[in-house]
Formats: sequence, C-alpha cells, structure tokens
Amino acid sequence: MASLGVLLVVSVDSYLEAELDRRFNLFRLWESPPSRRREFLQTNAPWIRAVVGSPNGCADAELIDQLPNLEIVANFGVGIDKVDLPRCRERGIRVVYTPDVVTDDTADLGIGLAIAALRRICDADRYTRAGSWKDKGDYKLTSKFSGKAVGILGLGRIGLAVAKRAQGFGCPICYCSRSEKPNTNYKYYPSVLDLAYNCHVLVVACPLTDETHHIINREVIEALGPKGVLVNIGRGSLVDEKELVSALLDGRLGAAGLDVFEHEPHVPEQLFGLENVVLVPHIGTDTVETTKAMSDLILDNLAAYMLNKPLLTPVFGSALFSTRICALF
Amino acid sequence: MAADPERLPQVLFLSPKQSLERALSARFRLLKPWESTMPLDRFLAAHAAAVRAVISNPLASVDAPLIHALPSLGFVFTTSVGVDHIDLAECARRGIAVANAGTIFSRDVADYALGLLVDVLLRVSASDRYIRRGLWPVAGDFPPGRKLGGKRVGIVGLGSIGSEIAKRLEAFGCSISYFSRNKKPLFPYTYFPTVCDLAAESDVLVIACALTEETHHIIDKDVMLALGKDGIIINVGRGPLVDEAELVKHLIQGKIGGAGLDVFEHEPAVPEELFRMDNVVLSSHQAVLTIESSNDLVELAMENLEAFFSYRPLLTPVHGTT
Repeated sequence: MASLGVLLVVSVDSYLEAELDRRFNLFRLWESPPSRRREFLQTNAPWIRAVVGSPNGCADAELIDQLPNLEIVANFGVGIDKVDLPRCRERGIRVVYTPDVVTDDTADLGIGLAIAALRRICDADRYTRAGSWKDKGDYKLTSKFSGKAVGILGLGRIGLAVAKRAQGFGCPICYCSRSEKPNTNYKYYPSVLDLAYNCHVLVVACPLTDETHHIINREVIEALGPKGVLVNIGRGSLVDEKELVSALLDGRLGAAGLDVFEHEPHVPEQLFGLENVVLVPHIGTDTVETTKAMSDLILDNLAAYMLNKPLLTPVFGSALFSTRICALF
Repeated sequence: MAADPERLPQVLFLSPKQSLERALSARFRLLKPWESTMPLDRFLAAHAAAVRAVISNPLASVDAPLIHALPSLGFVFTTSVGVDHIDLAECARRGIAVANAGTIFSRDVADYALGLLVDVLLRVSASDRYIRRGLWPVAGDFPPGRKLGGKRVGIVGLGSIGSEIAKRLEAFGCSISYFSRNKKPLFPYTYFPTVCDLAAESDVLVIACALTEETHHIIDKDVMLALGKDGIIINVGRGPLVDEAELVKHLIQGKIGGAGLDVFEHEPAVPEELFRMDNVVLSSHQAVLTIESSNDLVELAMENLEAFFSYRPLLTPVHGTT
C-alpha cells in the first residue's frame, strides 16, 4: 500500500515533523516560496491525501480546492477556525483535532495571566531587574486575586478547567455560553454583557466562529470597567483589539492578560509601555509535554485512518460536534 | 509623666506607616520618633514612660534594649507574620503580649506563589519581555515551557500559607507533599521528615515556612542536589531560608531548572546574575502587598489594640507570649 502523502502546512513541532517524515510521505509547504506555491501543490497534489495544519495555517478553501485527493485534515490544536469545515463536509474530508490534551495547559495559563495581571508579576519582575527596589523602594500595592468573581465566556472543556482552578482561590464563578449547562453550580448569564457587569475577571475561552467574532466589543469592555481584568486564551479576533487597546490606554479597562491577538505575531505596540497588561505569544499549549501529546494524537489519528480504524478525535461525527459548534462553546 | 486616664492611650510607632497612623489617630495618641530631632534613646527617655503599646515591623526590631526603655510596655503589634525581629523571650519574661498579622496575608501570598510557579514553568514574564522587544514577528515562536499538571510539588512549611498554596495546587492536578516541623494528619498530603527527602521526590519546592535559627539556609546545596537539574524553587517565605549564593551558582551552572523569588537574603539587594536569566522570575517582597490585605491589616491592628486596652483577648496572639 502506498504511503500516505501528507502536506505539512507550517512547521509546528520538530518531533511531529520528524515522525511524519519517518512514517509517511511528507511534503513541506513552506519549502516552496509563496510565488511558486500553486505549482508546488499542482505537482504534488496527486499524492497528497492528508493535510496537517495549525492555528498559523491549516486547510482553508483555497488549499482544499487545490488538493483533489485530500481525504483527511489534522489540526494541531483545539481551535479549528483555520479549517474550512463546510468545505470539508462537502467533499467528505475527515477532520481531526487535539482536544483534551490542551485543556490543562490553557486553563493553567488563563489563571496565571489573571494573577499576573492583577498582581503585576511581569511589571514587578521588570522593576526588580532594573534595580528599582534599591533606588525607588518597594513596588506599589496591587490587587488581590483570591475571592474575586471570575466570569468565563465559553464553558467547554477549557472553560470548565478554568472554573475548577479559580474555585481553589475562593473565586465565585459565573459564565456565559450559547446554552445553560446542566450539572454546574455556576451562575449563568445569557449575554456576555451581563457577564461582564457581574464579574471582576473575564476569561475568554470560547471558539472563534462567525457569531463570536469581536464578541468582546467596546460595550463589554466598558461593562468590565476600570477595575476589571480581561484574559484572552481563546482567539485574538474574539476581542475587538482596537477597542481593547483604546480602553487600556484610557483606563476604561483595568488590566488584561493576552495570549492571542488579531494579527499574530503582531501585537499592538501601544501596549508595550503598559504595566497593567501581560502579553504572551500564543503559548497556551506550548509546553514540551503537551506539544508531544498533541503530536502523538495527530500521529495516532493518521495511523488509525490508514488502518481503517475509528478516528480518535474527529471533529465531524463525534458526539461533541454540531453545526453550531455550541457544545464547544 | 503619669498617664492621665482622660487622655487617649499612647501607641509608639517605630517607623512610619501612613495608613495605620491615619486609622489609629482618632482613638490613640501616636508617638512618632522620626518626627523629632532627638535621637531615639533620648526620645524614648523623654516621652515613652507611659507607652503601653508599640507598632513594629520587620525593619523595626523590638529588642531587649528597646523593651528596657519602655517600662510600661504591655503589647507589641507587628504588621508582619514573621516575628524574628522581636525578642520573644524578653517579652515573655516581661509579660508583654505580642500579636502579628495572623493569617490575613496567607491567601495573597499563596496567590503570588501560584502566579510565580505558572510564570516560571510557562515562561510568562520571559515571553512578555520577548514580545515587548519586538521579537515575536522577527525571531518566531518562543521556546516551550513545561506543564504544571502532574508535577510533584513539595511544600516546605504547611502552616497557613503552605496549606493555602496546597489547596490551590490541587485544582491544577499537582501531587502535593510537604515537610513541616510536625506532621499534620488532618491534611491528605504526603509527609516527609526532612527537606532533602522531600526534594528528592519533588519537581518543585515551594518555601513557605517561618524563618528561625533552625530554618536558616534550610534550602542548601544538598537540597538543591536532591531536587535535581530540572527542579524549580519558589520562595515566598524569607530570603535567608535559601542559601542564595548556592542557588545563584546552581542556576548559572544549569544544576537547577528555575526559580521564582519574592524574597532575598539582603533585601533590597538582588544578585545581578539573576537579571540575565529567563528561567527565573523576581519580585520585591510583595507577595503580601495588596490593597485589600493592606486594608485588612489596618483593621486587624485596630482590633488588637482595642482588645488589649480593654483587657479582652487579642485576635492574633503570637504563641509563647502572654
């Protein structure tokens, strides 16, 4: 049986790349310069039956259309906004992703960003490294995290994991989701605006869809207010970034902890001088252990596909998926 | 000068603390030596005969000479949890009651310890620096961190702060063990009789114990060796709990994985070798300092003073004193 031809869209992880190369027939999209990409795809399309992509680049309509023999797309991550799902469904292309293994790290980071923002951990580190403790005295008073109301936008796996951690700090939990979740004691708000009015720290943990684009807008940001904290561990475009920057500069929002941005790897430079923001480069799943677990999950899914066995973590055909992706939300 | 029952009780402040001064000024007569041009011993000789209460802090020791200069002293309140700056034996001898900040800082310190730990493992501060230097678009993704879940965390000192830290860590999926002066059977964590034993079975050590003669440099070369080259040390206790020179050497040589340090041996001096490292997170003894805990402290000081002056039990007495 011919080896599976796999197109790797971006170099996400060297272990994954090495294993794909070892087990399959690997094509690396970035080896062709962008101007020759069409040619590259045309030449190799007959052999490419699988695409492996990531939040930096996956299977959009344009790519899918150039791969007539594409059978399966594997997304390195749980956010699948870079995969054209309707196109895949039309063509009968299977899609797998990496839920569950990313939950812990992302939730850990969410709480870490909330504490870092309220307690100014990064700014304090800068202060100490600059020798200011000796020259200017103690760092200023910051704001307590324990016991503050935490509002979670999106009570999926990651949202629930954030809630569990926040409870350890005595934080009352509320949430907004497409629908109320049974079996939780958390207070439900049907609108994100109500959620923002009723919490101190708002953690954005929902998927990016057409409906959730810029769901955190000026109104929501102002409802969170001059003492409020916004933490985004979802996708950059869930937040209206221009409004966010403006609110932080004006003091209409108290603080922010951001792992994701609208135009990664570009981060608005106006934020660089602010001590009440924490900026990290999409590291939510970026630990050695989780990256390996994600890679193994991709490899195991592809192996299962080759052996005609059930896929481990399919997007379509799993009990969790619906056309509204509301269960993930 | 004999105390006049009509006058407000006198409270001696050893150093300025504006929020406390403001709150106490209505109910007590405050003596503030720094507002006088007299040297302290003369100030005390002139004014302090009737002083029954003193407000202290870690930088303002209550030692035997001070106690001798205050013949009416009956109560010391320190704005810290640590009492290593107070001669407790002399207080006990003189029948002087001592109260500290009790557990009001515990949750804030625990929060900060968790914040430091997540920061060191996931490299939050280091990658924040990376972004602000404009490196993300230019130099690509930041090197990966390490997962917190599943890590074995050893807590040194399972008092109020240590137990708050443990409670928080449970929700992150860490396995928790501890070293303490005494075993704590009410807690479900694994006990180790020595810090070295604890370190050998841990990926992370969180230092949250009191500084005493026995715990000075309790985190020494042997403990660091037992912890191993991937090990992380988080110190929210006191600087001298850790042999700082050894820690710096171990970090330079890659014999320890990283550290989150809020306290240092010779504050406010911080070893400058640490400034270049991405696997350490540093702060200026601020784990306790929040707006909320500062307000709580003022309230606690007030309540303890009122209790003392009305012969009621103190709220946060330090054991071993009356």
